[in-house]
Amino acid sequence: MVAEREEVQLTEKREDPQNKTQGKRNEMEIVFDAISCNESFARVAVAAFITHLNPTLEELADIKTAVSEAVTNAIIHGYENLSGYSRHGESIPAYSIVHPGKVRMRCVLEGDMLSIEITDQGKGIEDLKKAMEPLFTTKPELERSGMGFAFMEAFMDDLEVESTPGKGTRVHMWKKMRCGDWIGKED
Amino acid sequence: MEDFQDFQIIDNCLMVRMPEEVDHHRAAYICEGADRLLVRENVENVVFDFEDTRFMDSSGIGIIMGRYRKISCFGGHVYAIHADRQIQRIFRMSGLHGIVEILPG
Repeated sequence: MVAEREEVQLTEKREDPQNKTQGKRNEMEIVFDAISCNESFARVAVAAFITHLNPTLEELADIKTAVSEAVTNAIIHGYENLSGYSRHGESIPAYSIVHPGKVRMRCVLEGDMLSIEITDQGKGIEDLKKAMEPLFTTKPELERSGMGFAFMEAFMDDLEVESTPGKGTRVHMWKKMRCGDWIGKED
Repeated sequence: MEDFQDFQIIDNCLMVRMPEEVDHHRAAYICEGADRLLVRENVENVVFDFEDTRFMDSSGIGIIMGRYRKISCFGGHVYAIHADRQIQRIFRMSGLHGIVEILPG
């Protein structure tokens, strides 16, 4: 299945020396409330946005994981909505404080290059270098792994993070579609 | 109250049936449910069943690491069954394959 798809891609490239797919631009932007039930919405929206590129299951999973990490970080660290207001379908748990805020997600597809920008106006990151270290977390009590940025870096091709304490954070990720070198390999 | 189907005690093992999507939104529910049984019952090992799971992010790593910390000091082990390729890849990337035994089926 995978091999077949790669072959098709190669023929396309051969028949299309100018690579007409390049330069085609498609963009979408969504803004949603910073609550935990929107994490799945965000990653499914990105997945739906790129389906026409026929991504492999692995590529889809990689992108969804990276988006999920970035959006979750915006919600629980940026806005400190630790459990959101519909945790497992219940109404607001008594101890959860909901901070109103929006997460903005912008996806641009240029040819095969997917760029995802996730912005929040939350509290920002004090020490970006430290935050990007694997296993570092400012909220150990949440029992999260501290692997968020490490996963974003590993699953996407490029990652850029800008943050101003008190103003918010912008995570920008890029991935070239349909060229994962490990696809079809046994790992 | 947790769904009885999601947490089951078999001998000295706690079986945790992971949801279709393991993310931060669902993580607290899994942690709470598992911990309640870890405290109440005489559980030695924890088995995470990924049969239904189609998506997992780093929250899944947090869930497993947290449970591992709680039972490893009493000599317990953590196992994962039915983990698909993507989940196993995430285990490897986060170094979790050293503390979780991945069992086929």
